[in-house]
Amino acid sequence: MKSPPFEYARAASIEEACGLLHQHGDAAKLIAGGQSLVPMMAFRLLRPSWLIDINEIAALKFVAFETDAVRMGACTRQCVVARDDILAAHVPLLRQALVFVGHTQTRNRGTVGGSLAHADPSAELPLVAQILEARLVLRARSGTRTLPAAEFFAGPMMTNLQADECLEEIHWPIWRERKTGSAFTEISRRHGDFAMVAAAAQIAVDDDGHCTRVTFGVGGAAPMPVAFPELAQSLVGHRLDKTKARAVAQEAATTLEPDSDIHASVAYRRHLAGVLVSRVLLEAYDAARSVQ
Amino acid sequence: MSEVLYSIAVEVNGTQRVGHVSARTSLVDWLREHLHLTGTHIGCEHGICGACSIMLDGEPVRSCLMYAVQADGHRIVTVEGLARPDGQLSILQDSFCEAHGLQCGYCTPGMLIAAQALLNTNPRPTEAQIRDAIGGNLCRCTGYQQIVDAIALAAKRIVGGAT
Repeated sequence: MKSPPFEYARAASIEEACGLLHQHGDAAKLIAGGQSLVPMMAFRLLRPSWLIDINEIAALKFVAFETDAVRMGACTRQCVVARDDILAAHVPLLRQALVFVGHTQTRNRGTVGGSLAHADPSAELPLVAQILEARLVLRARSGTRTLPAAEFFAGPMMTNLQADECLEEIHWPIWRERKTGSAFTEISRRHGDFAMVAAAAQIAVDDDGHCTRVTFGVGGAAPMPVAFPELAQSLVGHRLDKTKARAVAQEAATTLEPDSDIHASVAYRRHLAGVLVSRVLLEAYDAARSVQ
Repeated sequence: MSEVLYSIAVEVNGTQRVGHVSARTSLVDWLREHLHLTGTHIGCEHGICGACSIMLDGEPVRSCLMYAVQADGHRIVTVEGLARPDGQLSILQDSFCEAHGLQCGYCTPGMLIAAQALLNTNPRPTEAQIRDAIGGNLCRCTGYQQIVDAIALAAKRIVGGAT
């Protein structure tokens, strides 16, 4: 349960981190909060020759509000995001999801970018990124590029980050509709564990209660978090009630191809997806309607 | 393979400590094996049990999920740092004795750190907040109830002005 030997470099800047990645390539891994990476190294699932520590790079820790999006440095700690009331008012799903992420001790160290780059299919923040269509800024020595979440995630624990790239920023879209509501829920064996299935939704409504914008998705039931843009679009222009929410949730659940494991069978995961999607849709809708 | 050693300087319980560590030395191993601060316990060694909780720059973290080299330049408080300077137990520690908040004692350092972190920011926690604060710490003896009682007792005594 001890990590294999490696060499360590503490990067003072993102330029230095990218330079080291360029130099060492596949032999190096970035370490941010380390809450997933360190156990994987202790289990010898990963054996990087170099760890490049980005924890001390101040430029990777910030939250900046712009008109249409919140820009966030990739090394922003989960506890900082969970505590930020202004952020919760602009992108409420982040705090709603973080309630389910680990525990105080892991959120104090774990970072938002680390969770996204780790890309566990059951993890909460990747699901939020997927349904909000977050944009991820990736930096290499040669320059930066921006990927939407849908193109960033590539499979279970897999992303399209190249070996010489560092996730630098995440842009979380802000919905400007006055009456917007959101909800996140999940089922896990114990609080703080990875979800067996998680569901999240965000809905905007007009003054008559008709949906004007809808997004929702499911985590833990596919190789990566899934959003359902067509089904979400089918709710636009309608009022949402239990029957409609259940019907859409069922339709979403039937398209999923979850894995079976010791925690839950395929049928159970699909069942959970249907129930949880229906729940978050109604909860988000009610929250949107109750905005004065 | 001879491993590269890295020099580190860390403030531990108010005292500056220096060391030379291999990169893979976990923070908890350094505290226990090199500084002989064996109050911090190693349970699962992969971030599940919480027995190795310490304060890093004032916030509780798991010391098995950090490498010692990463702590260079930072400030750490271990369970040894919770007692009063004269060695007397803190109100929180004494409340664990009073309420029988420990049995075998293995989880206790982590529980104390988690509880102290809670009380530092929230002097009047509800039972739900106490349970949430120790949610990342496993205890296999007590069934948790007495630990919750102990933390509630400590909060009451601290707010009530006990010394």
